[in-house]
Amino acid sequence: MLNLVSIYRWIRVIKMGFKSLWLHRLRSLLTVLGIVFGVASVIAMLAVGEGASQVAQEQIRKLGSKNIIVRSVKPSLEQKATGQRSRAIEYGITWEDATRIRSTIPDVEVLVPNRIIRDVVWNTQWQIDGQIVGTVSWYPEMRQLQIIEGRYFNESEVLSVKNVCILSLNTIARLFPNGSPIGRSVRIGSDYYKVVGIIEDEGGVGTSTQTQSFLTQSAGNNLREEKRGSIQSIQEGMGRGDNRKATMTTPNYRVYIPITSAQKRFGETLVRRTTGTFEAEKVELHELIVMVNKEDRVEEVAKVVDNILQKYHKQRDYELTIPLELLRQAERTKQIFNLVLGTIAGISLLVGGIGIMNIMLATVTERTREIGIRRALGARKRDIVIQFLVETIIMSGTGGLMGIGLGLFVPYLITYFASMPTIIRLWSPVIAFGISAGIGIIFGIYPALRAANMDPVEALRHE
Amino acid sequence: MGSVDIYALRGIDIEIEEGEFVCIMGPSGCGKSTLLNILGCLDKPTDGKYYLNGCDISYLDDDTLSDMRCNYLGFVFQSYNLIPQLSVIENIEIPLYYQGISPNESREKTIEMASRVGLAERLYHKPTELSGGQQQRVGIARALVNNPLVILADEPTGNLDSKSGKEIIDIFIELHRQKKTIIMVTHDEDIARNAERIICLRDGLIENDERVYRG
Ligand SMILES: Nc1ncnc2c1ncn2[C@@H]1O[C@H](COP(=O)(O)OP(=O)(O)OP(=O)(O)O)[C@@H](O)[C@H]1O
Ligand SMILES: [Mg+2]
Repeated sequence: MLNLVSIYRWIRVIKMGFKSLWLHRLRSLLTVLGIVFGVASVIAMLAVGEGASQVAQEQIRKLGSKNIIVRSVKPSLEQKATGQRSRAIEYGITWEDATRIRSTIPDVEVLVPNRIIRDVVWNTQWQIDGQIVGTVSWYPEMRQLQIIEGRYFNESEVLSVKNVCILSLNTIARLFPNGSPIGRSVRIGSDYYKVVGIIEDEGGVGTSTQTQSFLTQSAGNNLREEKRGSIQSIQEGMGRGDNRKATMTTPNYRVYIPITSAQKRFGETLVRRTTGTFEAEKVELHELIVMVNKEDRVEEVAKVVDNILQKYHKQRDYELTIPLELLRQAERTKQIFNLVLGTIAGISLLVGGIGIMNIMLATVTERTREIGIRRALGARKRDIVIQFLVETIIMSGTGGLMGIGLGLFVPYLITYFASMPTIIRLWSPVIAFGISAGIGIIFGIYPALRAANMDPVEALRHE
Repeated sequence: MGSVDIYALRGIDIEIEEGEFVCIMGPSGCGKSTLLNILGCLDKPTDGKYYLNGCDISYLDDDTLSDMRCNYLGFVFQSYNLIPQLSVIENIEIPLYYQGISPNESREKTIEMASRVGLAERLYHKPTELSGGQQQRVGIARALVNNPLVILADEPTGNLDSKSGKEIIDIFIELHRQKKTIIMVTHDEDIARNAERIICLRDGLIENDERVYRG
């Protein structure tokens, strides 16, 4: 019975709080706006950050946590200038390097040598500026890429230099707008390749500016390097300053062919046209993926690989990417990101809280007489404290809820209009609401105490 | 605030019996309201003792004083002092709310009290929608709803015209007939004539304390 009465009292207090806030709707709304935007921005920013890092981690994981990726890099600009125009520039990883790595490091389980060539790919009247990847049959497993239709080429096709190819999804969309390409052929240069399968895009779904810049942050240190030709602008090359633009604006339309075919049809020397001049370069392997047997050996093996390459290369014409390290860096970056966001959110909520306190102090002064009346009619100090505290908490709580609503809606808009991935974790609105309610208590306690400690006689005399 | 101590009341020694109708009179600033505040447990005397219902209030803490006001006292103010955002019924209910009475019982008592002062029709109106006399009746209903030992009224007719003043005084006379203890501050001698006892103050001192016998 006693309990029932106290429940009734609480309901009364809360009702009363809503009522007096409703009486000054506009004022209350404006007061909680700080909290609303604070909470909303916390949730939205966390959602964007979480989405970006999720995609980043997904992409890095796709590169394989047990992999070390070695890429050929064109040596720096000065050397290019001094080198003769007429002769082909020779650089990059060689088959010899691959054999050496294979034979000296027992921890290496699999090697994937790749040649990556840009050329126009034709299907009758349709054409695209494609990226032809000459690779081995176990490439999809290494990259954890899914075959969507058909199959990948097998080892015997590689050995017998077959003209077969597998197209990525985005390539098909452009090259075969109507009907399945399986069994049909594409033309590259003067050669025809039979399409045997469709594979998912390597960038992963939802690659975006956000992801790219996030990755740049995380991987930038590791991968900072010289300017490079567009031949190497391969999609997984995250975090490369000059590469980013290409990745963002034009997707890579990939065509996978056996590495033997790539070698035979395109030769070792590639001619590239750059604004009026011709440039020839000789690169044996554009990319070499080294898979280590155990994840915790990756970093050591990477060092050994680097040492081996250093020994046999006069200039640094290669680079190493360790996805595992990128993953760790991405995680660290995310932590820093969250910390910064947390601080900003904290400040904005603090400002919101001060706004509420300010209004509550004004309200208390404005309602001095009411306080006097209530005290004269038997209200204890505690009753007055509760009354005003409940009002503040209602305000900040409602603000918090509105903020959550807005905060859940904004990421949806961001995803919809900017096609940026956003992920809302359950804890983010929960924490945001907790904080806003806490702000109500912290910033409400002082005005409430001030109201309660008024002298009843003075309060009654107040005009 | 002032650096000079002002003694609003000095050497007051009175005893008010249960069921008495006492009027306090005197020129402005003589300390009538101060006395009423002390009697109403809103203020404590700097010196001296005040026993209410046999209880020395100078030793009571703030919460207990609140409870005394809640359970034993009813206030009627010159300026009505109704809470503007609350309806008539909610205003009358306030003391019961602080007593912690169950909602149904509280509503019942409130409606009964409102009809006793003739406001049964205006329960859900806001104070600003009522005339001065009606507002003061709400004030009286609010003072009576907790069935107090003493009703303290500070110039309850001060803001009213003579006709509504008369109606309010009639309610007090009726209450007196029902053996309620009433202590009322007034400037009006005609009103004071309705009381059984008139205490005149001057400069914080009792100048005169006389019983009125009505024939
Ligand atoms: N808070 C205060 N601080 C200083 N002096 C005060 C205070 N309250 C009252 N007084 C003084 O105490 C004296 C008595 O005041 P009180 O309000 O009791 O007079 P009153 O008899 O009710 O007058 P009125 O008829 O005008 O209502 C006055 O001289 C007043 O100036
Ligand atoms: Mg007075």
